[in-house]
Amino acid sequence: MSGEKKNLWRQGLQDGLPIGLGYFSVAFTFGLEAVALGLPLWAPVLISMTNVTSAGQFAGLSIIAALGSLVELALAQLVINLRYALMSLSLSQKLDETVRLRDRFLIAFVNTDEVFAVAAGRPGEVGRVYMFGLITAPYIGWALGTLCGACIGDFLPPSLASALGIAIYGMFLAIIIPPAKKNRAVVLAIAIAVALSCLFRWLPALSGVGSGFVIIICTLVAAAAAAVIFPVKEATADAD
Amino acid sequence: MLTNARLLAYIAVMAAVTYLIRMLPLVCFRKKITNVFVQSFLYYVPYAVLGAMTVPAIFYSTSYTLSAVAGLLAAVFFAYKEKSLLYVAVAASAVVFVAERLIELFLV
Repeated sequence: MSGEKKNLWRQGLQDGLPIGLGYFSVAFTFGLEAVALGLPLWAPVLISMTNVTSAGQFAGLSIIAALGSLVELALAQLVINLRYALMSLSLSQKLDETVRLRDRFLIAFVNTDEVFAVAAGRPGEVGRVYMFGLITAPYIGWALGTLCGACIGDFLPPSLASALGIAIYGMFLAIIIPPAKKNRAVVLAIAIAVALSCLFRWLPALSGVGSGFVIIICTLVAAAAAAVIFPVKEATADAD
Repeated sequence: MLTNARLLAYIAVMAAVTYLIRMLPLVCFRKKITNVFVQSFLYYVPYAVLGAMTVPAIFYSTSYTLSAVAGLLAAVFFAYKEKSLLYVAVAASAVVFVAERLIELFLV
């Protein structure tokens, strides 16, 4: 690897480390819960290594435990994970020409909420070396966390688990607040999305809508409204 | 009965659906989109997604709503100061941890 490539890979790895740490604790809970529901040790590990998504996996677990049908399982995954289609579409516009077709097949596999968020928050375009660095720690953290949770059982004290519960949201805020300081349009997009998401949570008439749908609706409405009110003139008008 | 074959079928369906959702848009849209609305829309998607996923879920992410509010304020403060992702995440967790010990000492 050339010096510049090595540097890009290291940057990606570094940006992925906090994600990997956060994933470890969430995946740990997933491993715990799967074994508690009576699944053999290898099952949650295989699920984590082939799915790499939190909400979808937890939902899948409850359907598997209830011996639900394969169609029901497929539909649940489709609805809960449909937001990734929006993220992949957005990410497809962010990748530079070093990203080959076969790289896209691999990047798609680990395009999680957090990986997407970090890639999207990087100024300019992102290349294959950076992306591969970025997905390394999250993937390892997710798989290893599941394995440890499934093996060790209840090890993380509840006080620590509760404190770590907020970590992922702290990260999200660290991604969206700095650009919002400089860009009113970003503030508008965030404000609409947050307001809608609160309505879905707290209005009794809307609280029955599944969480996957809520994210999709909030994103569609907020991003479309911001795009109409503040169109972005150039593709490279990134974050500032 | 949950046989291993049945379990493998479940896992295969989950993995296939999740992967297709992520892979198809990334592989199909390899050219840059030039439409200004679509471009603008996709530019705002990350902010909208993360905003919707953070609030109000953050209030339910810890043992007490009060400690979550403390963690949220800390995260907003340090994010506004443009600290790194890891710094903000750890600072918010630390504030939650301390807040929960205080809550248990004085309020519960």
